[in-house]
Amino acid sequence: MSKFTESVVSEIKRDYIQKLLSQGSRIDGRSQNDFRKIEVIKNFIPRADGSALVKLGNTQVLVGVKIETGEPFPDTPNTGVLSTNAELVPLASPTFEAGPPGEEAIELARVVDRGIRESKAIDLERLVIKEGELVWIVFVDIHVLDYDGNLFDASALGSIIALKNSTVPASRFGQGEDFPLPIRHYPATTTFAKIGDKIVLDPNLDEENIAHSRLTITTDENGKINAIQKGLEGTFTKDEILNTIKVSIESGKYLRNTFILGDDSK
Amino acid sequence: MEKIREIVLPGEEIDLMGNKPGNGIYIENGKAYVEYLGVKTVKSGYLNIIPLSGRYQPQKGDKVIGKVVDIMPSNWVVDINAPYLAPLHVNDTPWKVDFGDTGKYLNVGDTIIAKIMSVNEVKQVWLTMKEPGLRKLEGGHVITVSPTKVPRIIGKDGSMIKILKDMTNSKIYVGQNGIIWIDGSIDSILKVVGAIRLIEREAHIIGLTDRVKDFLSKNKKENDENGRN
Repeated sequence: MSKFTESVVSEIKRDYIQKLLSQGSRIDGRSQNDFRKIEVIKNFIPRADGSALVKLGNTQVLVGVKIETGEPFPDTPNTGVLSTNAELVPLASPTFEAGPPGEEAIELARVVDRGIRESKAIDLERLVIKEGELVWIVFVDIHVLDYDGNLFDASALGSIIALKNSTVPASRFGQGEDFPLPIRHYPATTTFAKIGDKIVLDPNLDEENIAHSRLTITTDENGKINAIQKGLEGTFTKDEILNTIKVSIESGKYLRNTFILGDDSK
Repeated sequence: MEKIREIVLPGEEIDLMGNKPGNGIYIENGKAYVEYLGVKTVKSGYLNIIPLSGRYQPQKGDKVIGKVVDIMPSNWVVDINAPYLAPLHVNDTPWKVDFGDTGKYLNVGDTIIAKIMSVNEVKQVWLTMKEPGLRKLEGGHVITVSPTKVPRIIGKDGSMIKILKDMTNSKIYVGQNGIIWIDGSIDSILKVVGAIRLIEREAHIIGLTDRVKDFLSKNKKENDENGRN
């Protein structure tokens, strides 16, 4: 099936989802502020410096971290470099096509990047080898393996877990002993979709297809908001946003305690 | 009485028993081999292999449920869960459609019941709606199951589907392509979806009918996790 036909939303399904939502129920049986089942496998790729496979319902994302030496940016001579990339491979969904990253992939990478960067999760100052000349560059590569909605949360969760378990391969570059990547904060990302006047957490593909606005919020362990991204053409009211932030902080706690810091991941 | 049907494996040499080779059989060096995992059946002089899993293989005369994915001046393009999209021409509908007026009758995203008028060698399909009962579907919910499970959901002479309809007081239409339309109250839709998922999971275990009855009378609800259409 082509990209075009797969993205056609059945009117019957649209009405059904809205009818269910108006009764406080969702198409896969969750309540409004529930995540789908999450499964995390740490260090999935042995040859990467850090990695994590995240399954969020039927969405599957693989994150790999590679750390190398390189020159710092001229305006930040005394910090390391973080670079995030996302790849929407055609095997993940009939609507993904091969070729250079499109709008979706760029947005995904930027939202994940912003969550990590603005929460100051990585202690980039400690990644300097020689000021202005040589620093550690951290590459976070997100590969989407299966797309069933909400790539943001799956990718952001995978990224912070992969980073937390990363080792800086100093010995490989003749820079002394290997050391764990210094992580100071644990940002958690939550995405909401607005369907009609209902807002749901962790939208699946059906919900994402009929949503008219989307809000992604990243919070850290102190309940501080690190990043917000609004998507699609619809709107949110002020109260909706404030309420969504509350839910986001709560759900962020769950993600952080269970998967990022907890032992619930293999 | 129906015999237990034999399961055959891909690459297995098969005895045609005087029949002509049908679906799922290929001939090499004068010998017949099985193409995919399935069960052996004989129908009007042809030996066919019915696959145990896989996408819907369109057959002439099947009634299917499809989703309109494109409109053209004199036909619609319908996704029927088959290898190719299927066109429906305005002449094969019960309506009198002027050239270019297709959008007035069916739109992108609409769901219809249609019949397969013809299938060619490469499985390209033409649809028709010119028959009583073939129509646009409105309301309710649509779920997708494996097309190979459709006979089990319908049951012998429609016994299973009758149980589902009677016990939940809902309207159900099962397309041969594995797409099922259910209409009724939200509660009854959820019950039917749960029962259908049970049938899908446990179709091979004896006593299915009783378990389905049991499930429905317990008033259990199950939401749809993998319903893709």
